[in-house]
Amino acid sequence: MIVNGKVFRYGDNIDTDVIIPARYLNTSDPKELAKYCMIDIDETFAKRVEEGDIIVADKNFGCGSSREHAPLSIKSAGVSCVIAKSFARIFYRNSFNIGLPILECEEAVNNIGAEDKVQVNFETGEIKNITKNQTYKAEPFPEFITQIIEKDGLVGYVKSKIKD
Amino acid sequence: MGMTMTQKILAGHAGLEKVKAGQFIEIDLDVVLGNDITTPVAIKEFEKMGADDVFDKEKVIVVFDHFTPNKDIKTAEQCRFTREFCNKKGIVNFFDVGEMGIEHALLPEKGIVASGDTVIGADSHTCTYGALGAFSTGIGSTDMAAGMARGKAWVRVPSAVKVEITGQPAKWVSGKDVILHIIGRIGVDGALYKSMEFTGDGIKNLSMDDRFTISNMAIEAGAKNGIFPVDEKTTEYLKEHTKKEYKTYKADEDAQYDEIIKVDLSRLRPTVSFPHLPENTKTIDEVEDIRIDQVVIGSCTNGRIEDMRRAANVFKGRKVNKKVRTIIIPATQKIYLECIREGLMEIFVEAGAAVSTPTCGPCLGGHMGILGKGERAVATTNRNFVGRMGHTESEVYLASPEVAAASAITGKISSPESLK
Ligand code: SF4
Repeated sequence: MIVNGKVFRYGDNIDTDVIIPARYLNTSDPKELAKYCMIDIDETFAKRVEEGDIIVADKNFGCGSSREHAPLSIKSAGVSCVIAKSFARIFYRNSFNIGLPILECEEAVNNIGAEDKVQVNFETGEIKNITKNQTYKAEPFPEFITQIIEKDGLVGYVKSKIKD
Repeated sequence: MGMTMTQKILAGHAGLEKVKAGQFIEIDLDVVLGNDITTPVAIKEFEKMGADDVFDKEKVIVVFDHFTPNKDIKTAEQCRFTREFCNKKGIVNFFDVGEMGIEHALLPEKGIVASGDTVIGADSHTCTYGALGAFSTGIGSTDMAAGMARGKAWVRVPSAVKVEITGQPAKWVSGKDVILHIIGRIGVDGALYKSMEFTGDGIKNLSMDDRFTISNMAIEAGAKNGIFPVDEKTTEYLKEHTKKEYKTYKADEDAQYDEIIKVDLSRLRPTVSFPHLPENTKTIDEVEDIRIDQVVIGSCTNGRIEDMRRAANVFKGRKVNKKVRTIIIPATQKIYLECIREGLMEIFVEAGAAVSTPTCGPCLGGHMGILGKGERAVATTNRNFVGRMGHTESEVYLASPEVAAASAITGKISSPESLK
């Protein structure tokens, strides 16, 4: 799968409280959540984001609570991929479980700027910066993660296990 | 090469002789937990998975604590939806208003978790039960759904950070200071993806409540779990609280650790974490004149009976500062009752504090004590991110119950040592 989009660039330790503040957790409707995505760090994000756009951030993205509402709000806002130097562990597993692809790639993060146009190939782990004409290489997904992704997230994976 | 305590529990629950760091395995679960925010999402995923019944009616635990007693119509609807599911599926351990408490204080108290257990909870502070020698970690709602359906979870076996604890803490130093000190040293991603394995002969000087506080905040260092060995205090606690049969695991002598951190309890000082990250710690001696508007004593970190006693010890015979709204929240009904029986409630109310029924409430900026623009709070909670307790321009300072109580009295961040 290949995705294309413009980049929203953030720093270190973007926590789940700024991705989706608790005051909006009284619903689990993804469309509602998308409206408030990133609101406490970037008020205009929800208005500016377009289908396919990509979030690039430094280290420990998604730290804080276990709320799946965080990756859900990002996914339903239209974001196709998050690239960071590292992810907080619950955010990491939640993202795969709900089908939001995320990649760890220090080189990409160091070179990509806000508004850059970027293309990501999940099969090869190749990240192309079209604006700067550069290519970076991320680690491909571990085999177990690929199995979950192939089943379109953990729901599909468990479904296939229950049927067995 | 040997295994850490965490790795041994995981291997034991995956039916494997050996596991190593980085390996992806599937483990059998002893406890699957959710709350009023995460369970409704999990139920929808559970239904999509095509599951009929939960894997075990006793091992799936649902606690209403975040927005309960319900703060508005939307949260009431979420609870109604979840309550119907619990009743329909016959969930035995479903805790609603009147019985509920903050989940991570409630489960050990009810004897639901024992050492050697594997626990996943759709709440990041599920790592709390590491204090009992269990493998216990926070996950998301979809993981919870999968856990409810199959009683299994996928896990990447973590490598480990070893924390060697020695010495005896001074009078005004408690579990909160220990964990804030550690996070201050290694940072909010200092143990990312890893297990924190607490060891050393200083552990015997830490009460169970101290250990719960320490394991509780392992997540604030990015850790997957934070685990204590099982000693006399643990077995004593388990004897008092649970009828479950349990197994104790010990790290191998030659287990591998990525890093070893040494903590001498006798050298620690009361510690405060400044906005907006738990790693921004200072000892109380480095804190300058910081005026505050609110104090919150409670949460899954510091809402247990010892925390209440420590706070009451400071409040006794004193009044809170007129400018400080002081909110005290015993974490469970049992703790609430103990506060009444031990006379702590009287001390709190006479001091001028508001005492609430158990709830997460202000800890996550939910209700019951939200901060306005520019306001500052000292809280015994665990996170001080931007907007965590209310307005994005408000500030949260994390501290122990002792420091929070002293600050409520003076109106600025203070050490209990400074009180007359
Ligand atoms: S008390 Fe705070 S940190 Fe603990 S479970 Fe409740 S909201 Fe989460």
